[in-house]
Formats: sequence, C-alpha cells, structure tokens
Amino acid sequence: MATVKDFKKISDTIWELPPGYKVGMRVPARIYATQKLLEDMDAGVVEQVTNVATLPGIVEYAFCMPDGHWGYGFPIGGVAAMDAKTGVISPGGIGFDINCGMRLVRTGLTHDEVKPHLRTLIDRLFARVPAGVGSTGFIKLSQSEFRHAVEAGARWAVKNGHGWEEDLELTEDRGCIAGADATKVSSKAVERGFKQIGTLGSGNHYLEIQVAKPENVLDADLARAFGFTLPNQVAVMFHCGSRGFGHQVATDYLQLFLKVMEKKYGLRTPDRELACAPFSSPEGRDYFAAMKCAINMSFANRQVILHRIREVFSDVFHKDPADLGLHQVYDIAHNTARLERHLVGGSEQQVLVHRKGATRALGPGHPDLPDIYRATGQPVILGGSMETGSYLLAGVTGGAQTFNSTAHGSGRTMSRTQAKKRFHGKKLQQDMEGRGIYVRTASFAGLAEEAGPAYKNIDDVVAATEQAGISKRVVRLVPMGVVKG
Amino acid sequence: MVGYRYRDDIATADVAFEAWGESLEALFAAAADATVNVMVTDLETISPVVQRRMEAGPETVDMLLFALLQELIFYKDAEQLLLRVGRIQISSSDPLQPPPGSERGRGEPATRSRQLATSPSFDQEDTLRLTAELCGEPLNPAKHDLIVDLKAVTLHRFKVEHTARGWEALVVLDI
Repeated sequence: MATVKDFKKISDTIWELPPGYKVGMRVPARIYATQKLLEDMDAGVVEQVTNVATLPGIVEYAFCMPDGHWGYGFPIGGVAAMDAKTGVISPGGIGFDINCGMRLVRTGLTHDEVKPHLRTLIDRLFARVPAGVGSTGFIKLSQSEFRHAVEAGARWAVKNGHGWEEDLELTEDRGCIAGADATKVSSKAVERGFKQIGTLGSGNHYLEIQVAKPENVLDADLARAFGFTLPNQVAVMFHCGSRGFGHQVATDYLQLFLKVMEKKYGLRTPDRELACAPFSSPEGRDYFAAMKCAINMSFANRQVILHRIREVFSDVFHKDPADLGLHQVYDIAHNTARLERHLVGGSEQQVLVHRKGATRALGPGHPDLPDIYRATGQPVILGGSMETGSYLLAGVTGGAQTFNSTAHGSGRTMSRTQAKKRFHGKKLQQDMEGRGIYVRTASFAGLAEEAGPAYKNIDDVVAATEQAGISKRVVRLVPMGVVKG
Repeated sequence: MVGYRYRDDIATADVAFEAWGESLEALFAAAADATVNVMVTDLETISPVVQRRMEAGPETVDMLLFALLQELIFYKDAEQLLLRVGRIQISSSDPLQPPPGSERGRGEPATRSRQLATSPSFDQEDTLRLTAELCGEPLNPAKHDLIVDLKAVTLHRFKVEHTARGWEALVVLDI
C-alpha cells in the first residue's frame, strides 16, 4: 500500500502518483482527499486508480474522488477520460449498475406537517416501491414494450402517465440519452429487467423522507434557487439504478470484451475487470449503445418511482401532488460513460468520460444545464448513510479540473460482513426510531450492513470536494423516514 | 473438504468469498452456495421444487464458474428463483483430454472428476463444457430470510486454481 509520503502533494486536497509508480501507467493518478481521508482509504483504491491510469487513450489524469473506496476494476469514486478516437471503453469503468443514481424531490411541506403522517407515508412507500432481493414492479410490459422503454428512458415513463413534462428538463440528459439501441441488448438482459421498472433494489439503495433544517442550509441563495425556501422543508431522496437489466448488459459485454480484447485488439489490462475494447471498434460501439439503454432504463425506473411518491403523498394528504409542491430538484447518474467536450492539454476535444461512483457536476453557465440552473450550476445530490444524512451540492466552474466530476456519496469504510457482525438490524431499527427516524426494510440483515458507522463521515467528504474546488455545499438533509431494500 | 468462507479484507462495498472442493464439481457447487447464501440466510430453506438446466462452454475453467454463478443471478431476477446446484458435470470437449465422467449428485464422492483434475493443462484450456441442473424454488420472503440482492459476478481478482487440497476459487460479487 502506498503511504502518504509516496504521493506528490499538489494541494491540501490533491495527491498525485506519477506514471513511474507502476509499470504501464500512461498518466499520473490523482486522488482528491484531505490527508485524513487519504490515510483512511483502503489499499484497493491506490491499486485500482493506478490500474486505470494504464488504460489506452486515457488523458490528463486517472482521478479518484474523496469518497473513493475499493471496488472492482475502477475504484468506486473513479473518473477517467479516454480520447474518443484512440481510447477504450471499459464496463469496469462504469460498473454493473449502469446509471445507478440519485433523484431529489422537494415538497412544499414542513417537518411538522409531515411528522404526524410519517409512518403512513413510509409504510405506503414501502408497499408501492418494491425493494429487496428479486423484487418486481407494478408496471406490466411485454419484452418488446420494454425494449422500446429502454430506448426512450424517462420520456417513455412521462408519455405513459408516470410523471410531468418538467421532470424531464430536470434530469441529466433530459431523462433520455441519445443513441440507445435495444438491438444491441441480449434477450437475457431484457428477461432480467422487464418486470423491474419502478423498483428500488437493495444494498445501498434507499428512499428517504428528509428534512432541511435551517442550521443545515449552508448556502441560502443556492438553496432558494434549488427550491428550498421554507424552514424545515421536507424532501424525498432516493438512490437506485438500472436493476437486473443494466447488470446483465454490463456482464454480457464484459464477457465479450474479454474474448476480443487481446486476441483481436492486442490490448492487455492489469485486472480482467478492466476488460475493454477500442471505443471506435464494433464491440466498443455496441456496448456504448447497449449501455445507453441501461442508462435510460434507470432514468425510467427513477421516473416511475417519483410518480409513486407523488401518488402516495397525494393519497395521504388528500391533495393534488402539484398543490403539495412535489417538484423534482434534479436527477443525476453515478455509473456512466458519456461523450463530452473537455480541455485536454489546453485545447478542447471530445473524450469519453467514465464515472464509476462519481457524479457529473457542471458549473454555472455550462451549456448542458437546464435554463433554470444555468446561473447556479448543476444540483449535485450526494447520498449519505441512512443514519447521518445526505447533501445537496452545486457544481462549480473549477470542476473543469476533474472533467466536471465530484463525489457521489460518503463512501464505505467497513465491509458488509463486518457490519453484520457489529450491528443487529432489528436493534438498529429500534435505535433509529428512538432518534425519530422511522425505518422500513426488506431485510434486517441488509439493514445492519448499511449502518451509519459502515460509512465515512459524509461531512468530511463534502468539505473535501468544496476545498478542492470541484463542488459546493448547499443543504445538508437529514432523514426522517427510510425505506431500505 | 467442501466449503466456502467470506473475506472481509477485499472490496469494501461488495462481498468476496473463497470456495473449495476436492473436485471441480464440488468447488462449483460450493461457490454456487456461497453466492446464493449472500441473498438468503439459510440455504436449507430452499426446497428443490423446480429445475433449470444449464449448459456452458467451450470455455476456460474460470469462465465456466463465472457462467454458473451468473446463471443463478439471472434466474433470481428473470424468474424470481432461488437455485442450488443439483447434478453437475464438467467435461473436456477436446478429444485428447480424458473422457468426461464426473456426473454426480450433491455430496457423492467425486472420484472420476479427480482424474480430470489431474490433467496438467486442465485449468488453462478453453475447451471445457459444463452441464448442470439447478434446483430450487420461487423466492418467498415469508419462507426465505432474504438478505441483500446480488447484481453481478465481477472479475476482480477472480480465479479458479488447482491446489494441494483440490480446487479453489476466489470470487468478488457486486452488491
């Protein structure tokens, strides 16, 4: 394991390993973290971020964000841009849960208005947003309808009555990334996913009713611009992805890439999970088109879940969801590869940015922002542990240094097995209830794995992103009610 | 000499395990149980009510294991089935290799597959075939104490190797 002295300190929050650190590195690796966060990172992060630096076509740096931890292939928190002409695409740089992401919905309700209904709200959300192992949703589609849905993303959902037109404007890629081609997707992937639209999944996926306490509003102007105008305003945040569909798309292409990588393209990687193909190759293009279907499946999934949230709040409060102020703040993707234009060596060029457990964060004025956020920068939704809370951040102009990327969560620090040994799900649920947080879960063992102490301190992580100049704190949101898969 | 244990020290957010068996078939069955045991507390609660047959190959030995574990995850989503390995056979489709003959049920001695395993190039060749019968039942939260969903088998540090105690594998699963 590299120690702090192996790194070249670029600033208090940027630590660099030069290409000489490992054979085959094409660019330096840069970890964004305070010294404390860096010292606490597991050995896998350094191994993996330096592996990423060996990938063909990588430009500038292999990055790891402050919430970085040991994943597979890329570290979680990994960001790498590949030259679109000469570089590769790697499923291991995106993850199996393609477009695992976050959506934040604000309400026009305060803590005191929601508190008396909290149990009912969470119980109904738990029933209407299926969670846990192998769960299926309420939307019945044929496999061919599903293939259409994954090409159209959230737009498909809104067209079929699951949401509002304005939701699309407030979703990354407007809820439908262009170029998704369902003919590039296997029937196995469709069979795994076609019943899963509108489901949460499990692991670190969650749905929470949260509150923005006045003392946690860190930038009042930006908070107002993002729709947080009331003291103790309530919001709903959830985290989920492309479910079995995306997992299978990634698995299919990982296997394909392994077969062609060396034999056909003469490429070698230090970890088979980094299996890749030239982005311009037929295999690379096919994966890109299939991966976009998974991106869109995930947008559709979160769109339907948003619709369920509106239904449940409307039922409980006997009011129209619009009158309850249930407007989406934003929806962001964590696990993607996107074609973007960035400065490389001082001149702008097209690159394929892989983000694995990292969030795109556009600064003010960026042309890809919806008009409403053009002046503020992009809302960045950062999910924390269910005990400690989450953040709403904003993209900043300085984010260009990391290809407009920032952290995605607090980052795990304890293994799932350890967490299960240390915490007991039922007791954790009772303890949290004692602290005013009502929890429903599909699995108590699964709940124990997600205990707060299994994660890094989210305050440290977001402070590091702000200090490094890649995103800015706006509001800290703390949970009132939790649905866990 | 069949079993598995979870590893705390690899891949923080996911689950890693080692599995072992005297024969390749025994290892595959153990790894399958290790995989399903991530989702269900007690494997004995899975009754063998339905069967699904799978075939894979020609492949290398490790990618055959990958295919088997992936199939278990596939059926969990596609048909909401929890499955374990019933009969399993791994054979070489290369005529120069010893003939197949290791078909067996769970827990039976694995003498003939040990013969296969002694073939020096067995863990490198890519001509192996797997046929397996997977047995189990639809997942039912009232009957099965479910834990956490599995997304995929990763290839991070993934390996299957022939050792002094038979066959061993290291697998990291994505949660």
